[in-house]
Amino acid sequence: MSAVRVLVGTRKGAFVMTSDGKRERWDVSGPHFAGWEIYHLKGSPADPNRLYASQSSGWFGQIIQRSDDGGKTWHQPGTPAGEPTTTPEGMPKGESNKFVYDTSPETGKPLTTHQWYDGTPHPWEFKRVWHLEPSLTDPDTVYAGVEDAGLFRSTDGGQMWQELPGLRGHGSGRSWAPGAGGMCLHTIILDPSDPNRIFIAISAAGTFRTDDGGKTWRPINRGLHSLYIPNPTAEVGHCVHRIAMHRSRPGVLFMQKHWDVMRSDDAGESWREISGNLPSDFGFPIDVHPHEPDTIYVVPIKSDSEHYPPDGKLRVYRSRTGGNEWEPLTKGLPQQHCYVNVLRDAMAVDSLDRCGVYFGTTGGQVYASVDAGDSWTLIVRDLPSVVSVEVQTLP
Amino acid sequence: MIRVVLPAHLRTLARVDGEVTLDIEGPVTLRSVLDALEACYPMLRGTIRDHVTHQRRAFLRFFACEQDLSHEPPDTPLPDLVVSGAEPFLVVGAMAGG
Repeated sequence: MSAVRVLVGTRKGAFVMTSDGKRERWDVSGPHFAGWEIYHLKGSPADPNRLYASQSSGWFGQIIQRSDDGGKTWHQPGTPAGEPTTTPEGMPKGESNKFVYDTSPETGKPLTTHQWYDGTPHPWEFKRVWHLEPSLTDPDTVYAGVEDAGLFRSTDGGQMWQELPGLRGHGSGRSWAPGAGGMCLHTIILDPSDPNRIFIAISAAGTFRTDDGGKTWRPINRGLHSLYIPNPTAEVGHCVHRIAMHRSRPGVLFMQKHWDVMRSDDAGESWREISGNLPSDFGFPIDVHPHEPDTIYVVPIKSDSEHYPPDGKLRVYRSRTGGNEWEPLTKGLPQQHCYVNVLRDAMAVDSLDRCGVYFGTTGGQVYASVDAGDSWTLIVRDLPSVVSVEVQTLP
Repeated sequence: MIRVVLPAHLRTLARVDGEVTLDIEGPVTLRSVLDALEACYPMLRGTIRDHVTHQRRAFLRFFACEQDLSHEPPDTPLPDLVVSGAEPFLVVGAMAGG
C-alpha cells in the first residue's frame, strides 16, 4: 500500500509525519533541530529517502542537514567531525553551510547592490536558504534559493554549493528590493520536460527563467501589474509570492502575487489575471492538483497589512477551471475567530488517486484533505508557527 | 589545554556534552582558539564567524575571566588563566527575547 510522508518546517524545528495511503492515522516525529528555524525541507524525487533541510538561526547562521533514511537520522553533509578539513593535496573539503556569492572574474559576477526598502543601494548579504529543490533525476543535485536573492546548486549531496551567478548578475539586480520577509528567492521549478529550463521567483523582483541550465536568465513578468511600485508594469520589481506548475503541462504556470492570482500559458512570456470571484486576491501559497492540471488551490488572505483570512474564516479556494471561477472549501476548517496565515511554501499535494492536499498555518496547525479539498482534518495542532509543508508519496 | 564553553545549539551541532577541550600550539589568541575549534568540529564553521571574512557573527559574544573579548582584535592573547586551563573561554549567544 502507498504511504505519504509530510515534511513540516516551523520556526522552532522540523516535524516528519507519516501515514499509510488512507491518511487517517499519523505518526508525528520531531521536533528535529529543536529551537532552530526550518524554512524548508524537501525530499528527492529520485530517491525518496534522501531529504534536505534548511536550518537557520539569527545567532548561528545557516546549516544544511541531510537525511538518507527518510528523516530518521540527519547529518550535515561535508567534513565529518575530527577529520582534516583539507585533502592531502590541500584542497578544502565540503562546507555544507558555505554560501558565498560567486564574484570570481572567471565564473562570477561583481557583487553590486540591490535596493533597500527606502530605495537606497544596499550591499548583497547572504542570510539564509529559503527553499531547497532537489533535482528530478539525481539525488545528489539540489538547488537552493537564498536571501539575499540568489540561486545556488550542489552536485555532491549538499557538501559544497556554487552560485549560478547569471541570475543575480543578469542586469536588473540593482533594482531588486526586499519584500516584507526579506529579499528572498523562494520558488524554484524544474521543468520535467526540459532539463535546461528552470523557473524561479523572487520577492520583490519577479519571475525569471533560464533555458540553458542556469547560465543566463531573463525576467518573465509581462502582464503583471503592481500598484505598489513606481512603474506598475515594470520588467522587474513585482512581489511574486509563489508560482506552481503541473508536470504534465510545463508551459502553464500559476502565480500568487502580492495581490492578484495570475496564469501564464506560454511558460511565463505573458500573464493574465485569474482572480475572478476570490474574496481577496492577496495570499501566499498556490498549488495544482496532481491529476487535474486545471484544478488549483489558493488561500486568500485579507490584505498585505492584515495577514489573516477574510472575516476570520479559514477557507481554501479551489478552481477547477484553471482560474477565475473559485469555490470555498470550508468543511473541517475554522469558520470563526481564525486569524492565522498560511505562508508561501506551506501547502503541498500528494499524488495518490484520491488527491491529498496539505497546509500548515502560523498558528501551528497542519491540515490534510484526502478528498482533494472537499473536507479537512487536523494532522496536528499547536506546533510552532509553520513555515513550510512538503509531501512525499511513497510506494 | 584550552577549555571552551559553547552555547547549547552549537553543542548539539558539534555533538558534544559540556565543555570542549583543545590543544593549541603557539600563541593562544581568539583566532587560534577559533581555528582549532573549527578544525576539530568542522560543522561549526560559519556558525561563530563568517566563512570568508572571519568576522564574528553579530549576535555572538566572547568572554573569558569576566572580560568581554568580543571586540578585541583576533590576535589578542587570551588571559593566562585561559591558557593554563583554569578558566574557560566562553562563546555566548547575545541575549534576546524569543
